[in-house]
Amino acid sequence: MAKTKVIERKPLTFAEKTFIPQILTGLKTTGKTMFQKNITLQYPDERPSIPDNYRGVPTLVKDPNGREKCVSCQLCEFVCPPKAIRITPGEIDAEAEPDRAHVEKAPKEFDINMLRCIYCGLCQEVCPEEAIFLQDVFSLSGYSRDEMVNNKQKLYELGGTLPDKHYKWDKKKAAEEHGNAH
Amino acid sequence: MDYIAILLPIAFALTMISVFMGLCSYSVLAERKVSSWIQGRVGPNRTRLPLIGHIPILGNLLTGLGIFQPAADGLKFLFKEEITPGHVNKFYYYLAPVVALAPALTTMVVLPFGRYVDPSGVVQPLVLANIEIGMLFILGISSLGVYGIVLAGWSSNSKYPFLGAIRSSAQMISYELAMGLAILPVFMWSAAPGSEHGMSLFGVIESQKTLWLVIWQPLSALIFLVAVFAETNRLPFDMAESETDLVGGFHTEYGCFKFGLFFVAEYAHVIMGSALFVCLFLGGWNFLPGLADPWSDNTFGAVLSVLWFMAKVFFMIFFFIWVRWTLPRFRYDQVMSLGWKILLPLAIGNLVFNTLLIAAYDHFAQ
Ligand code: SF4
Ligand code: SF4
Repeated sequence: MAKTKVIERKPLTFAEKTFIPQILTGLKTTGKTMFQKNITLQYPDERPSIPDNYRGVPTLVKDPNGREKCVSCQLCEFVCPPKAIRITPGEIDAEAEPDRAHVEKAPKEFDINMLRCIYCGLCQEVCPEEAIFLQDVFSLSGYSRDEMVNNKQKLYELGGTLPDKHYKWDKKKAAEEHGNAH
Repeated sequence: MDYIAILLPIAFALTMISVFMGLCSYSVLAERKVSSWIQGRVGPNRTRLPLIGHIPILGNLLTGLGIFQPAADGLKFLFKEEITPGHVNKFYYYLAPVVALAPALTTMVVLPFGRYVDPSGVVQPLVLANIEIGMLFILGISSLGVYGIVLAGWSSNSKYPFLGAIRSSAQMISYELAMGLAILPVFMWSAAPGSEHGMSLFGVIESQKTLWLVIWQPLSALIFLVAVFAETNRLPFDMAESETDLVGGFHTEYGCFKFGLFFVAEYAHVIMGSALFVCLFLGGWNFLPGLADPWSDNTFGAVLSVLWFMAKVFFMIFFFIWVRWTLPRFRYDQVMSLGWKILLPLAIGNLVFNTLLIAAYDHFAQ
């Protein structure tokens, strides 16, 4: 059992009863803060520095070779708790990227409804291809509900390119050249 | 000739009203700026007027200080949608803001704000009406201000404004007593029998040529200051508004320019209170205690005296704001017991003490 410590409370002195010394101390404190540096961030002009692990708006990223990383596996669509993601899987154009075509898929449409998204980051966590990231965009606004749905193009625009640890396709090519396709 | 005699006072009155209203809007700005500095913020710093605001360095400086903000504030109130709730008593509802503002503007008529020396070499006050009973006039008129609040609270026909109005009227009545009693000793000393000034504020200021009253009547000054805080409904006595428990108080149901009028009235009261305190206790336009006035006898001297007076008033306004952001609000019963149980007996004791002092002085000096 905790020991109770009784603190004796002294009766107020006459000066304290008039409040005046306390008021003066208070005035001194506020007077001092008046000359301290302001802590306001002038927001639209100055931006806060965003830490790397910040969970902002979910975005799609490309690898440094400009390849689309998402393979439209739809795991993120399944895991998303508020069902904000809607993916329409599609084929990769065989003309443009003969390497990848018929090997993996790519999303035809990729919509994230930002009115539903709760910024939980599960999509980033679940993605096997490290294609979707919650980055530093934190202020999103629009005039209509439609505007708040980020489509594929917008998602790539927001996401840009992130450094890649794997270079899956480069490795695959190198392996092929050494005569070991798998 | 006759025209001039009629037009000149009107012109003076209009000038004074415009200066006073300007001061009101800028004290709103001062309040916003000082409060933000005290809280470590920046305060209004975005409003920029087209031409002046774009002068290279000066424009940025003025904008940063929020100098153009009052214009934006005023326009905002003017252009807001005029909403009148359905359950109010229309006539009194519209009357109340005007009644709240009018007394504050009326009292400034007798407020001396500077001095000049007329051709015959006599020092005269710069004042719209130098009447003998100046102080009584101010006390009488300024207590009418409570009607604005009571009418607003009653005609809003809604419980929070009503509570706010009741509270503030009780508070104003209680503190008026202490206020009146606190300044009696001042006039007992300054308007001794045979003095030519009577209850006019000019007389009080002239009597403080050598020594400011705040130095040798500190108790009166303190009581008066506390009472002024209570009369102007400023924190720590803002019972009428106390946002946290009364949702804004007596002006909850008011919007747009009607609210703006209340707002201006509050600051008009603050300015009047500061000016009164300066007149009564801080020596008006007298330079410093113990030093002769350096103001010369010409117009330039008159202007200097006005500026010095204004500087003191600005300091008092600043002090009002400073206190507002320092002290928390009193509980209602504390306000009442402070008024009736502490300030009133103190003021009476102070009065009796000064009476005895004057009696002894008269007795032994002869
Ligand atoms: S952050 Fe969460 S809610 Fe938002 S899209 Fe990803 S999984 Fe869905
Ligand atoms: S973003 Fe990732 S998880 Fe979502 S479909 Fe594309 S590859 Fe799959």
